[in-house]
Amino acid sequence: MGLDIAFWILAVVGVAAALTVVLLRGVFRAALSLVLCFLTVAGIYITLSADFLAAVQVLIYVGGISVLIILAIMLTRDVQQGSPSNKLRVPAFIVASIFFGVVAFALVNTPWPLATAPPLEPTTAALATRLLGTGGFILPVEIAATLLLAAIVGAIVLVRER
Amino acid sequence: MIANFGLDLERYWSALPPELPPDWPGGFWWHWLVFTIIIIAFVLGLVMGFIWLERRGMARMQARLGPNRVGPLGLLQPVADAIKVLLKEDIVPDKADKIVHWLAPVVAFAPVLMIFAVIPFQNGALLADLNIGILYVVAISSVSTLGIFMAGWASSNKYSLLAAMRDVAAVVSYEIPVVLALVGVVLLAGSLSLNEIVKAQQIPFILLQPLGFLLFFIGGSAEINRSPFDLLEADSELVAGFHTEFSGMKFAMFYLAEYAEALFLSAIIATLFLAGWRGPLLPPWLWFLIKIIGVFFVIIWIRTTVPRVRIDQLMALAWKFLFPLALINLIITAIQVLAWPEALPWAMIPVNIAIMATLVLLWSKLFKLGWGRVEV
Repeated sequence: MGLDIAFWILAVVGVAAALTVVLLRGVFRAALSLVLCFLTVAGIYITLSADFLAAVQVLIYVGGISVLIILAIMLTRDVQQGSPSNKLRVPAFIVASIFFGVVAFALVNTPWPLATAPPLEPTTAALATRLLGTGGFILPVEIAATLLLAAIVGAIVLVRER
Repeated sequence: MIANFGLDLERYWSALPPELPPDWPGGFWWHWLVFTIIIIAFVLGLVMGFIWLERRGMARMQARLGPNRVGPLGLLQPVADAIKVLLKEDIVPDKADKIVHWLAPVVAFAPVLMIFAVIPFQNGALLADLNIGILYVVAISSVSTLGIFMAGWASSNKYSLLAAMRDVAAVVSYEIPVVLALVGVVLLAGSLSLNEIVKAQQIPFILLQPLGFLLFFIGGSAEINRSPFDLLEADSELVAGFHTEFSGMKFAMFYLAEYAEALFLSAIIATLFLAGWRGPLLPPWLWFLIKIIGVFFVIIWIRTTVPRVRIDQLMALAWKFLFPLALINLIITAIQVLAWPEALPWAMIPVNIAIMATLVLLWSKLFKLGWGRVEV
């Protein structure tokens, strides 16, 4: 019961925040509603007993990515006029609606299996076993990290002044 | 005789006070209510105390008197300041983003208060013994930076914006060494829960992790923008930084958040490195309080001693000094934990202190900021 109430509050606030991000003209305020959206997603993780994931969501998305987005906004000129729309408004709307339709169709038509197992109590130990135990996912994680590093170095090389 | 005494001392130290049940004093809601009141009273009370301690202590160190008129020894000065600031007019700049301007102090203050939910005041005496405790602390404390951005942006004042930009740079850089220093502690304790970390400290971790302590202290001071890293309110350059355009209660909230962050840093250092509530004779919560005030005193001491760093020095310190040392510290700790999986022996204390001294000396040779020339 309490979980249901929490879920619905988080869901409504989350969707409203996501819509605000898209609809607002002010980029800075849009970034702030994006933060709210990230926070509600973390809240939904908590209702799913995924406490580690929730903390990491707040740490990475709210503390890291949003901060960088806001930094980029602060460095942008003419940000006061907001984001003006252009000729591609109607095509963009059509593409977005088709994408929304496809995703909604897939979500509605997928048989979602319900796990009957009780939630794990310390989630961290189970996560560590999946990551570092035998047959763990440490190699893909490391490869992803290297890929990101290469992308960062590439970006720096591209914009560097000689 | 002496050996016996040492053994007695060790037994006395390792005896833990009885753990409070997780729903003390009975019932979920009572637990919630009692600890919420304790946390709010603790934060507000200690922040008042800290303001007094800082003003009087700093005055003493700078050979002046400090506020000494209101109440005995000036003890009521923070109360008088609070009343004054409450009665002041709330001024919002004409071109400010009104909603964000209004929200900024709340966003800056609320997360700091939330952090104290996982800090143990005694064995098991905490609002929520999360098994991801320290990760929660790191995550929530990163939210409060957003309040500073919001303040800097919404004021539509270039000095506020500059302060916010400096804060982004500092936070993004210092987050890394701080978290890496924390990982060393987590490796030793084998748990992320703060109460478990305190229980694991047969030897206070400041002795086993001297380098980690140093890195966390420096990085933490930079994250909460204490002197000598208080670049974002450098009064000689930026008026008052991000809170230039705030007055009345909103300014008070920022002031409160600043000292609550200092309190949170002191509490985390006391918990992680100084064995939290553990200690002989005195009740555990009193030990915790003494350690917090001790750490805060050192923070004040540093503020009065060290001049403010420049922004390039701030960045260089994070990336060239703290970051490599934090990595080395992590590797050394991992090796030691693998070699002695049960608990690190006392003999590791001089070894680790020697490692710290060598590394810090070595790096300060490498890291001279262009041998005194003005460049990075």
